[in-house]
Amino acid sequence: MNILVYFEERNGQVRKPSLEAVSAAKALGASMINAVIVGSNTSAALSDAVKTSGVSKIFTVDHAWFSEYSSKAAAKAVAEVAKSSGAEVVIVPATGRGKDIAPRVAVRLGAGYVPDVTAFAANGGSIHATHPVYAGKANVQVEVTTPVKVFSTRPNLWAAPKDASAVASIEAATGSLTDMDFADRTKELALSQGKLDVAEADIIVTGGRGMKGPEHWGLIEGLATSMHAATGASRAVVDAGWRPHSEQVGQTGKTVSPSLYVAVGVSGAIQHLAGMSSSKTIVAINKDANAPIFAVADYGIVGDAFEVLPALTEAVSKIKSH
Amino acid sequence: MNIFVCVSHVPDTTTKVNVAGDGKNIDPAGVKFILNPYDEFAVEEALRLKEKNGGEVTVVSVGAESSKEGMRQALAMGADKGILIKADKSDAFSVASLLADTLKTVNADIILLGKQSIDFDGMEIAPMLAELMDLPAATVVVSLAIDGGKATVEKEVEGGKEKIELAMPCIVAAQKGLNEPRYPSLPNIMKAKQKPIQEVAATAPAARTAVVKMDKPEKKRVGKILQADGNAAGAASELARLLHEEAKVI
Repeated sequence: MNILVYFEERNGQVRKPSLEAVSAAKALGASMINAVIVGSNTSAALSDAVKTSGVSKIFTVDHAWFSEYSSKAAAKAVAEVAKSSGAEVVIVPATGRGKDIAPRVAVRLGAGYVPDVTAFAANGGSIHATHPVYAGKANVQVEVTTPVKVFSTRPNLWAAPKDASAVASIEAATGSLTDMDFADRTKELALSQGKLDVAEADIIVTGGRGMKGPEHWGLIEGLATSMHAATGASRAVVDAGWRPHSEQVGQTGKTVSPSLYVAVGVSGAIQHLAGMSSSKTIVAINKDANAPIFAVADYGIVGDAFEVLPALTEAVSKIKSH
Repeated sequence: MNIFVCVSHVPDTTTKVNVAGDGKNIDPAGVKFILNPYDEFAVEEALRLKEKNGGEVTVVSVGAESSKEGMRQALAMGADKGILIKADKSDAFSVASLLADTLKTVNADIILLGKQSIDFDGMEIAPMLAELMDLPAATVVVSLAIDGGKATVEKEVEGGKEKIELAMPCIVAAQKGLNEPRYPSLPNIMKAKQKPIQEVAATAPAARTAVVKMDKPEKKRVGKILQADGNAAGAASELARLLHEEAKVI
């Protein structure tokens, strides 16, 4: 099986979810894995780690106009490389940008597409891809029925490849991109400084209505800092305007699967549980012993968050300093 | 402006999902359906564009007769009319194709929709529709401004926002935060019943994917719950120890 992986570049670096996608491709039993990267100066992103990520060849598509990234143009470039390299499967990381280009690539290739895949299983000659639905309340196993298949893979679920010895060859791909393809152009990427994003974090500390007000969020942030975690918020908290919606976890927020999820003062409405119950370890801190959050928790403390949080922050800091 | 909003009718967020007897779908018994919450932001944005620039807002949906309920909610918010594409939805590609076939014929200035439907969570329709119509698109959009034949949006990405300029016509998929959707007033709910919904009979193209099975994730939880009972520090240090030594997550 010939698999093409999309290497997403940001600020001169290939992002980790792309390298994880190489591991997903390996798990699929690929006989050949190539990668494609698009940009205005792609050579900058070809670090040693990228070159030894286990792919045979990295196709680079350079176009001056990619100094303003375009998902429309990127999709066209990726589809062209997929065709010319004979890819039977295209894997794109399910990132903000990846989720835009993967469906476009699928349409261009006449391929079926499964988004946000969390697991693959080979079934004879076909591939069954697992895709969570209803924000994780259920999973569907999907078979793509077209000869060429496109998948996007959820970040954080496959390990980035390590210790690959072979160095990929680099090949400049000449696509048929024209300025007309850049009908959408990214003028600016504004990142919030030093803050971990809830969608990508390995540990998340989420506050709920039990925190009583935005003025108490320092307690959530304190625990998050001690754990190197991102902060999340329940829907009630976001709707009340205490926290921005970009932090919302749940069915109309982000679906997350970190290795540790700490829910503080979160009762555990069904919409919230849907978004976080695939977390590996779940911790609940709540005054109400009957709160539904405890039903999905691995560990918990029944107690007042205002007393437990400072104590827990201190206890975690102590462990971390050893 | 000629504004189109694609909407879908989905199970309410409070729905407990049970798998139907066929093992491939949810059991619809007792499930309440609502207008997809992300589509509400799209409808609201469309109404604001109309209020500012004049024009007309048309809601479009693919599905059976029951899809009209979601469309009526959009009409009650203030949309002018609807188009129901009557067809069996088999997968996201088939829905995007059916929408594209209709939307190619209408001279839209802008097409809005929610960033995803909260049932299949695929985020596929907007980019597929864009590709089928050869249009620029932006998804996960939290602000939109239109000026001189171009749209400028902010898109949420990991760790921040991207500012994207789109040539018009274009497709914009709404994220929560774009606006605060209005509640339909009672008179508007009554009026919405009289607004026209045109029906288009269509045949979906062959599906490119097939659900093999659906199941519910089951996970055994450790379930060690400590009682603070006036000794928060003790419980906290025991929890930290368990997370460090037993779960090995910190």
